[in-house]
Amino acid sequence: MKRQIILAAVLALIPVALLAQEGQRVFSLGYRFVEMSGEELFNNVCRGCHMADGAGARGAGSYPSLVHNPNLEASGYPLTLVLRGRRGMPPFGDMMNDDQVAAVVNYVRTHFGNNFRDAVTAREVKDARR
Amino acid sequence: MYHAMTSLGFASESRYQGPVRLEGDPKGASVLILGAGLAGMTAALELRNAGYKVQVLEYNARAGGRNWTLRGGDKFTELGGFTQTCEFEDGLYINPGPWRIPYHHRALLDYCRRLNVALESFIQLNHNAYLHAARAFGGAPQRIRAVKADFQGQIAELLAKTTKQGRLDEAVTKEDQEILLQALRSWGALDRNYNYKANLFSAETRGYATAPGGGLTAMPVPSDPVALSDILKSRVWRYLQNFANYNFQTTMFQPVGGMDMIGKAFAREVGELIRYNTKVTGIAQNDRGVTVSYVDTVNAGDPQTVSADWCVCTIPLSILSQLPIQVGTAMKAAIDAVPYAGAVKIGLQFKRRFWEEDDAIYGGISYTDLPIRQIAYPNTAFNKSGRGVLLGAYLFDGANAYEFTAMPPEERVKRAVDFGAAIHPQYRSEFENGVAVAWHRVPFTLGCSGDWSEEGRTQHYRNLCQIDGRIVLAGEHASALPAWQEGAILSALDAITRLHQRVVKT
Repeated sequence: MKRQIILAAVLALIPVALLAQEGQRVFSLGYRFVEMSGEELFNNVCRGCHMADGAGARGAGSYPSLVHNPNLEASGYPLTLVLRGRRGMPPFGDMMNDDQVAAVVNYVRTHFGNNFRDAVTAREVKDARR
Repeated sequence: MYHAMTSLGFASESRYQGPVRLEGDPKGASVLILGAGLAGMTAALELRNAGYKVQVLEYNARAGGRNWTLRGGDKFTELGGFTQTCEFEDGLYINPGPWRIPYHHRALLDYCRRLNVALESFIQLNHNAYLHAARAFGGAPQRIRAVKADFQGQIAELLAKTTKQGRLDEAVTKEDQEILLQALRSWGALDRNYNYKANLFSAETRGYATAPGGGLTAMPVPSDPVALSDILKSRVWRYLQNFANYNFQTTMFQPVGGMDMIGKAFAREVGELIRYNTKVTGIAQNDRGVTVSYVDTVNAGDPQTVSADWCVCTIPLSILSQLPIQVGTAMKAAIDAVPYAGAVKIGLQFKRRFWEEDDAIYGGISYTDLPIRQIAYPNTAFNKSGRGVLLGAYLFDGANAYEFTAMPPEERVKRAVDFGAAIHPQYRSEFENGVAVAWHRVPFTLGCSGDWSEEGRTQHYRNLCQIDGRIVLAGEHASALPAWQEGAILSALDAITRLHQRVVKT
C-alpha cells in the first residue's frame, strides 16, 4: 500500500513518464527522453550500443569502447557527438535538453575508468547547439 | 502514350519500368558485389544475366540481409553477446525487419512474380482492432471502427451545423452547400436533423450494443457514441493516419510463410555466386579495378583479397563509414553523413489465438501510446485453434526504441508482455515465449535503416549515388524510399544501369 502511494506521488511529479509496476525503469512517452540523471540516460539510451560496461561491441562494424578513452578528455568532443551524432551514431540533440546532454556527457567522462572532473554545464551545451 | 497514362493516374505509381534491359556486351567484365541483401542480389541476378562475371561477399551465413524471418529453432546472437533461441511452434514466425509490401512497390512485386514468391494480404486496417491510450477511456481499448465513426460523425455534425448557420456562405455557394449537407449526412452517418447520435443508422458504422439476430431476439440495439471531446483529449485520432498514408493503403501484401521467402527465392537464383561468413575490411580501387580485403568469420585467418573490374557496394552506411574505402571526398562525406535509426520488434507466442477467439480480431494492427506502440496480429491461418504468434511491440525511432534496445532481450520480452496485458488481459495466462530484435544490436547492420535528414539529403544524396571511379553504392540508403525493400531494389537497378552504360562505352 505504502509503495503504491509512493508510486502515485512519483507519477504525479513526473506526468510525462511511465513507471513500470516493478523495477525502476522509466519509459518516455513521446519522442524526447524523460530520463534526467547521467546514470539513467546511459543505462536507458547509450547502453544499447556501448553496452553496460561501456566496452562497445564488434560485428560487421563496431561501437567504440568508452573505457579509458582519451578522446573523452576534451569535453567538446563527446558533447558534439551526443548533440550531432557521427557516422551511424544518431544525433540526440532533438531528443535531450541541455541538462540531459550535460548529465550524460559528465557521466561517461567520470565512469568506465575515465576521471575527467571538469564538468560540462548546460550553458556549454546551449552554446554548442548554435 | 505516356501522357494518356499520366492522365489516367497510372504512370505516377512507381518508378519501376519493368525488367531492366542491360543491352550490349560487357566483354567479360567482372563485378564484385558487397552484401547479399535484396539490393546486392538484385544486382547479382541482373548483372549475371547480362553476361558479367559476378561474385558476392556476405557477412552473414545466409542470404537476405534485413529480409529476415525468425522461426522455431533459429538462434540469433546480438551485439553484446546476448543469444536468443526462438522457441516458436513449427509454422509460426515473426519478420524482425520488413513485414509489409505496398501495392505500388511494383519492382519488388515484379521480382516476387518472376521468382515465384507467393503473396497473401497484409491487413493494415482492421476495423475491429484497437486504439488505446493509457490515460483515456479508463484505460479500456477502443475499437478502431467506433473511434473512426464517432470522430468522423461528430466532425460532420459540426460542419453541417456551421453550414446551416450560414457561416460558410462566403466560402461555399448555396448550391454546393446543399450537396455538402447531403455528403456530410452520408459520410458522418447523421440523422435527418444532422445530428450524430445513437440510432440504427450510426450503428451501421460504429457497431451495435446488441447485434442483429434471428427469430424472437432478432432486433438490434444501437450503441452510444463516445463524445468528441473524449476522443480529442485521448489523442487516439492520431493513429488514424496509419490507415490513410500512401505507404499503408490497401492492398498490402506479405509473402506466404515469412518475408524471407523473397531472400530465399533470390538465393535460389544467385546463391552459388555468394561467399558467406565474409567480413569486408577494406575497399581499394585504381584505374584498372577494385580490390576488396576481407576476413573469414568462421575460419579466422589472415585477411584475404579479391579483385574485380567494378564494385557494387550495398554495405549499410553505419558499417561502410567505418571501413577504409578509396573514394573521393564528396562520396566519403556522404557515407559519413547518415545516422541509422533505432527500431525494435518483439514476437510473442501464445497458447491460443485469443485475439480471434475472444476479441474477433483477425489480422491487422492495434495502436497504443504505451511503449510497445503496436500489437500486430497474424494475417494468416485465420480461425484455427492452437498456438499463435503476435508482433507484441514495434518501435521505430523515438525514445522508446532506444530504451528497449538498451535492455537485455529477455527483459524486452517481459516488458512487452506486461504492457500488452493492458490491452489484452489474456496475455497473463496465455503467454509462452518470445523473441526480441533491436536493430542497433544487429551485427550485420548496426541500425535499422538510413535516417536521412532533409539537410543531409540536400547536401550529400547525389554524391552518395554517383559512380566513383569503379565503385557504385546501392541499398535503401541510396534511395528516396528509406527502410523499404523497394528502395533497395530500385537503387540497385539504377546503379547497375548506369554502371553498365559506362562499361559498354569503354
